[in-house]
Amino acid sequence: MIRYVLKRILMMIPVLLAVSFVVYFLMDLAPGDIVMQLAPTDATAEQIEQLRKDLGLDGPLLTRYFRYVGNLLKGDLGQSLSQNRPVMELFMDRFPATVKLAVGSLIVAIGISFPLGIAAATHHRSWLDGSSMVTAMIGVSMPSFWLGLLLIMLFASKLNLLPSGGDSGFLSLILPAITLGANQAGSLTRTVRSSMLDVIRQDYLRTARAKGVSEKQVIRKHALKNALIPILTVLGSTLGNALGGSVTVEAVFAWPGVGRLTVSAINNRDMTLATGCIIMFTLMLNLTLLAVDIAYAFVDPRIRARYSK
Amino acid sequence: MDNNTTKRKYSVEELKKYKKRSMWAEVWRNFKKNRTAMVGLFIVIALVIIAVFSHFYYDYAADIVHQELKDRFQKPSAEHWFGTDSFGRDVFTRIVYGAQYSLSVGIVAVAISCALGTTLGVIAGFYGGVTENIILRVCEVFVGIPSVLLGIAIMAAFGQSIVVLMFAIGLVYVPMYCRTARAAVLPVRGEEYIEAARIAGVGDFGIMFKHILPNSLSPIIVQITMGVASGILTASSLSFLGLGVPLPSPEWGAMLSEGRAYIRDYGYLTIFPGLAIMITVLAFNLMGDGLRDALDPKLKQ
Repeated sequence: MIRYVLKRILMMIPVLLAVSFVVYFLMDLAPGDIVMQLAPTDATAEQIEQLRKDLGLDGPLLTRYFRYVGNLLKGDLGQSLSQNRPVMELFMDRFPATVKLAVGSLIVAIGISFPLGIAAATHHRSWLDGSSMVTAMIGVSMPSFWLGLLLIMLFASKLNLLPSGGDSGFLSLILPAITLGANQAGSLTRTVRSSMLDVIRQDYLRTARAKGVSEKQVIRKHALKNALIPILTVLGSTLGNALGGSVTVEAVFAWPGVGRLTVSAINNRDMTLATGCIIMFTLMLNLTLLAVDIAYAFVDPRIRARYSK
Repeated sequence: MDNNTTKRKYSVEELKKYKKRSMWAEVWRNFKKNRTAMVGLFIVIALVIIAVFSHFYYDYAADIVHQELKDRFQKPSAEHWFGTDSFGRDVFTRIVYGAQYSLSVGIVAVAISCALGTTLGVIAGFYGGVTENIILRVCEVFVGIPSVLLGIAIMAAFGQSIVVLMFAIGLVYVPMYCRTARAAVLPVRGEEYIEAARIAGVGDFGIMFKHILPNSLSPIIVQITMGVASGILTASSLSFLGLGVPLPSPEWGAMLSEGRAYIRDYGYLTIFPGLAIMITVLAFNLMGDGLRDALDPKLKQ
């Protein structure tokens, strides 16, 4: 098990390096020179060159990139060009807000999708099934920024119940979490339904019913537990993606998360900050997926047995 | 005796009837039974007709971007069904005209990602080994970057225009097609008819695209319809963030972002463009879902 985890972590390194190259390269292609933006307007050509050198932006692309990667391998994401602070520090400032939103939205998503998906599966091909599937489809199809704005219109402007933006405690989390959660609930409901359907026809469920277990217990203990693995996979990638910050939801609610930080970094041509943020995101995503794989072992004794061999 | 011949005649006719029904007729027959999928199909057809006709019916300069400040912020009425925006432009006209942006971006982007992704996926699945490994690793890198952020970075690198937007979204979704195509190729690769084709002297290229691909199309077709839906959604997100189709084009996401400033007093400026996006995306998703069931009846059991 430990060997497997170590191997997975080692395999992340080339992926992270490749991601860093793609982003660094794209940022280099972008028109607009950050050095010219940072330099004072009356700076001479020599001063500008000096500044470029100080920022480590002189020389051809590959030289600069390798300098960057050299630091990266030592765990140093460098200094943000536009804000003159370490990238890691800027990222960590924003990360708690993103985690809050990610966890909040996941709770909303689970709260919607489990009852809906289970109801759909247990009443297969009934009106309940059909309407939950259409609801799920609408959830997937709705642009999250639109839903967010509708919620703001209703709960912030009309009813004045909840704040329309910013991160100021629990109340301000409700609308963004519902917005992002509703979107995630769409695909999650479909997964819950289909994996429950797979399990529901198994013989051991018939056995459980035959020996007199109540229907509630059958669904909760026997069916749901066995249906959990594919659901966990989707939950993992949903959480991983949410940790990268949902750019549009953060934009709608002025949420101080990493998604908006990254977008502003790209727009400001701050290549170290943009590359650093996206590397951190990829790392989070991969770690979450790894955590899910490990979680399988806890959920399913069969998988645990495979590791111990 | 007489009875017997009529019986046989009947069954031969029956056989012919079955023989005539091609795979696609069978798929269509299954698809027709699915009411929600048919609703999706009708909406998609209606949208395409609207997009094409509005392009020729309206004059871009006079009807779409012309500003009439004395008419600004008129609430929805008989004259202006969806009201007018902050520049006095008719929102209904702009939304109708905007259909062509979302549809063309969605469809061209999917064409790009499908062509590239499917080719790579078929090559990966067919050759296996090192080739497959390299292609899959590259896909993994692009999957690791969130699609909206990758889209923004590409738009930043190559400038803001509708063509770049199509390519940006097209590139973002390449790995999805690549993985789908590879997974679809794997079970077909070992079939006997592939071996037969090879013995008959068909080259690698011919086997891949004439024999393997047509037999692994179903999941790719489903991915295409769903892909148009997610492409439209991503495009509107980018436009909403101000990085998609440049203003003053009536792209729905951009209209929504313009309307957002007036959300307190003129909510309709936000409601209608969003509704248009949702209906379009929903229609493609419903269609894709129906296609999946129609192409693979086993899944429905």
